[in-house]
Amino acid sequence: MRFYEYESRKIVEQAGIPVTEYGFVTTAEEAKATAAEIGGPVVIKSQVLSGGRMKAGGVQFADTPEEAEAHARNILQLEIGGHMPKGVLVDPKAEVEQEYYAGVVWDGTRKQPMMLFSDMGGIDIEEVAEEHPDHVGRGHFSNLLPFSDFLAKQVIASVGVTGSALNRLTPILANLARLFSDRDMTLAEINPLAQLENGRFVALDAHMEMENEARPRQKALLDELGIPGEDLREPHEPSAFEANVKAIDSADHRGVIQGKDTGFHGDLGLVIGAGGGSLTLTDAVRSQGGKPANYAEIGGNPSVAKACGLAKEVLKKDGVEKIAVMMSIVSNTRVDIVARGVIKACLELDKDPSETIAIFRIPGAWEEEGFKILDRYGIEYCDRSVSMHEAARRAVEKVQGGPA
Amino acid sequence: MSILLTRDTTFIVQGITGREAVNLTRECLDYGSKIVGGVTPGRKGRDVHGVPVFDTVQQVIEASGAVPDGSVVTVPPAFTKDAVLEALEAGVELIVVVTERIPRRDVAQMVERAGQLDARIIGPNCLGIVVPGVAKMGGIGGPARNTEQAYQSGPVGVMSRSGGMTTEISSTLTAAGLGVSTAVSIGGDAIIGSTYAELMPLFEEDEQTEAIVIYTEPGGRMEAQLAEWVKDNDSRVPIVAFMAGRFMDEEEMKGMSFGHAGTIVEGEEDTATQKIARLEAAGIPVVERIDEIPDAVKKKLSDREAVA
Repeated sequence: MRFYEYESRKIVEQAGIPVTEYGFVTTAEEAKATAAEIGGPVVIKSQVLSGGRMKAGGVQFADTPEEAEAHARNILQLEIGGHMPKGVLVDPKAEVEQEYYAGVVWDGTRKQPMMLFSDMGGIDIEEVAEEHPDHVGRGHFSNLLPFSDFLAKQVIASVGVTGSALNRLTPILANLARLFSDRDMTLAEINPLAQLENGRFVALDAHMEMENEARPRQKALLDELGIPGEDLREPHEPSAFEANVKAIDSADHRGVIQGKDTGFHGDLGLVIGAGGGSLTLTDAVRSQGGKPANYAEIGGNPSVAKACGLAKEVLKKDGVEKIAVMMSIVSNTRVDIVARGVIKACLELDKDPSETIAIFRIPGAWEEEGFKILDRYGIEYCDRSVSMHEAARRAVEKVQGGPA
Repeated sequence: MSILLTRDTTFIVQGITGREAVNLTRECLDYGSKIVGGVTPGRKGRDVHGVPVFDTVQQVIEASGAVPDGSVVTVPPAFTKDAVLEALEAGVELIVVVTERIPRRDVAQMVERAGQLDARIIGPNCLGIVVPGVAKMGGIGGPARNTEQAYQSGPVGVMSRSGGMTTEISSTLTAAGLGVSTAVSIGGDAIIGSTYAELMPLFEEDEQTEAIVIYTEPGGRMEAQLAEWVKDNDSRVPIVAFMAGRFMDEEEMKGMSFGHAGTIVEGEEDTATQKIARLEAAGIPVVERIDEIPDAVKKKLSDREAVA
């Protein structure tokens, strides 16, 4: 999950990293008051989860509290990357001497966290790494040993930083590394990390992402930041389809169903599974010229009600007349139960199962029982001897052939 | 022969009294695996399909008189790291972690500790290992009867980030008359105990294995690591890859993960398109359909014979 900048700054501050005297507000009037309190020029920054806010006009400079109020009013109404801001951050305009970058990410190959540091801050680290590789220092650290500051010092020194700057920056990167581990982050980034004209080193912007799986054990921090458990910080707002499927899934503990339709605009409904099977089958439908209306995952051993619920939600989508019910070979999922569920969905929506279910391909346990039920309704099915791509082709052909 | 697992491999099941664990214990026993004990704290004295249950790994060792070769860990995510460390400290050298949704830091910690002790972790978020006709460790393939149907012994090693697709691919190889030497469900998370490249040396040494099939997905650098390994090592074993999740490269899908936690794309290198290019540059053909895998493997095998 991603944090807003004002939350990230709070997290950084708690880890002992200096920040400016910023204020987070949700109205233009409050922005004015905060700017007056700060005194002098300020920056108004949109608090939005999507990137590219500078380019979108979500960051504005103001010399007076009145100007701050006007900018805040505009920014609060400005949608960026499909997201409305949660508020604005009012930050004293910093007189910057030098900008640095400090970050920590996971290195999946080394299976350890990796520090990144650059003396060219303020721009994307990927860009610096590509164009000025000698200005990016890297260093891994152990998952088991307590973090020691020299590890951070080595990384900073490797790009040629020395003198008092090295000694001031070392505890900042070291604290960021500790925070990354202590708070179960997947990304902890300070950019820019600024040396001000008055000699102070402060985090002018921070970007933190926490692993979703770690949310239960980071509850104290999340509570402190006022983030409720249901605030999942998805990259987009869940669609009605997505919300409905989720509700059906939570209502019953047997098996798991998931559904996504953001970015899918097709006419073939997919009732598919499991993890890897769903990825493979979505590709298979597309490679056969089909247009999926959604993505889905059936996992474990769902009840009839759950399978029925998923199929119904898919069938209720605009323009969906037919569904393909397909999975890779299953070992836990009972084929007959899924068959019952999808047939029930058709009947409850007054649709003929043999017309609506373009193909049924779920090889595995209880498949014989499943075939018997499918036979009774005249639904086309196949076993493992028909490949996933061939099954997808048959389904696509039926949709494109129009109603039989 | 095989990798990781033989007829004589002994293992325990940690979390054995859980519903899924009870099933996989039955399946493994039916398939011929040697399960010497189970652990669930507080349940000492019970048995699961004839396997005695203990409170600690130490107690299993005391009762059986030997350190088991392996452990299948299927306990809730909050307790997994502790269970894995318990097995590692007791001297267990092969640990299959079935549990999903374990925070990355915990995974990284147990993997680092395993490395210090020269032990190996498979998973997490995996279904385990099967050596067709010999033994299986984990729920892979399902009940023994279903495992037999999908997995016949043969010359092809299988490694897959998806448990279900391990069986789909193996079944396809079996139906084509090729068969499988050892199939490993390596796990769907961003950090896993054993990557493709880390298992390659084992397959390389295995006389039975003449070719490898891998199932891959967007997210992570595991495929890039394999491509580098292949370039750096003059491997005798040709590899064929299948890439799922190509649709995730579409602009509208950016930032989303599908299927497994590990599919989250964090950089340009992680996309399906980039991975396919990298694998192909390393001489690993990437097929578009599962049903193309057997012919691609046969072609690799006959190309090699032609050279020899």
